[in-house]
Amino acid sequence: MISLTSPVRTWAHAVPAGVKLVALSLATVGLFALKSPAFLGLALAGVALLVLTGGLRFARASVGALRMLVPFLALIALWHAVTGQFAEGIAVALRLLAALALANFVTMTTRLSDMVAVAAVLLAPFRRLGLPTRALELSVALVVRFTPEIARKGGLLGQAWRARSRRRTGWQIVMPLAALAIDDAEHVAEALRARGGLEPSSERR
Amino acid sequence: MERNLAFVALFAALIAGLGLIPKFTLAFGVPITAQTMGVMLCGTVLGARRGALAVLLFLALVALGLPLLAGGRGGLGAFATPSVGFLVGWPVAAFVTGFIVERWRGGLALVASVASIVGGILVLYLFGVVGMAVMLDKTIPEAMLLVTAFIPGDVLKAVIAGLVTSGLARSRPSSVLSRA
Repeated sequence: MISLTSPVRTWAHAVPAGVKLVALSLATVGLFALKSPAFLGLALAGVALLVLTGGLRFARASVGALRMLVPFLALIALWHAVTGQFAEGIAVALRLLAALALANFVTMTTRLSDMVAVAAVLLAPFRRLGLPTRALELSVALVVRFTPEIARKGGLLGQAWRARSRRRTGWQIVMPLAALAIDDAEHVAEALRARGGLEPSSERR
Repeated sequence: MERNLAFVALFAALIAGLGLIPKFTLAFGVPITAQTMGVMLCGTVLGARRGALAVLLFLALVALGLPLLAGGRGGLGAFATPSVGFLVGWPVAAFVTGFIVERWRGGLALVASVASIVGGILVLYLFGVVGMAVMLDKTIPEAMLLVTAFIPGDVLKAVIAGLVTSGLARSRPSSVLSRA
């Protein structure tokens, strides 16, 4: 499956994922502590510079990922134009842009395997408390394997619907899709049991 | 054990799959997709604990950087948007929905619809509104005003989730784990 890691290599790809995540957390807390539009503007400029160090292609992809904020920004603009609290509106808009761009920067410069490694470190203490990490790993693998499968089946159901109706598909395919997912789950469960199942050590769930 | 694991994993994949069904976007950009219906179904079909686990598993994969949210969104950025509260509320919504279906032994279509409204709307919006209020620097009543436009669509989704659940109970009787 395609991950959101940027194919454009940047210096930040080499920075350990843990370091980036800690820095992101601190920076996000900082962004929410800042109230003045001037400082938030500086922060956003800093984030923009950071993104630009990845090169123009990287920066363009990064800006594209911010598009989902457009409706929120329009809403903020409208709201604060009506209430007249312009400074607050600008502060909110700058904070949203900076926080999202920064979070995307970390995701775009971190390989999936590095993220998984960090998650494994974070979960290690819970293993001693009885968290079935093997079951967790297996279920992650199953989701990654079966998401394209379910998406494909959803596409087929959509095509079958269109062959019969001129109207768009929508909720009508949810029921058969859920039934297919249930069938897959039963088959997977059978296959797992046939192969010896999960280790007895992870019997609890 | 294997069956629980397979159902949790496949329903996490189902949430992702439902994100690909064409969405009907209303105002404000909180994406209106079948994905919240997936969360409701996790509760109504899998029950409280397994349903919440399936949603948690899905969110963990999103956070790790897989583009599983509707519109191919994902990564840490998904948790840095005004709609973050809704994502955080998803597992709780599935849990509450499943809890109601497990305890209230009535006609499944009605029970699952009502449970989806309580879990997938009342409980979920609690989280969503708080998230909006924090991210957009608004008061709670102001944030509530911003999300009211989505309630009719979500009620519709809850009713469909209820019908789908009762349909599944008829076609795959042993697989509705919340009533097993």
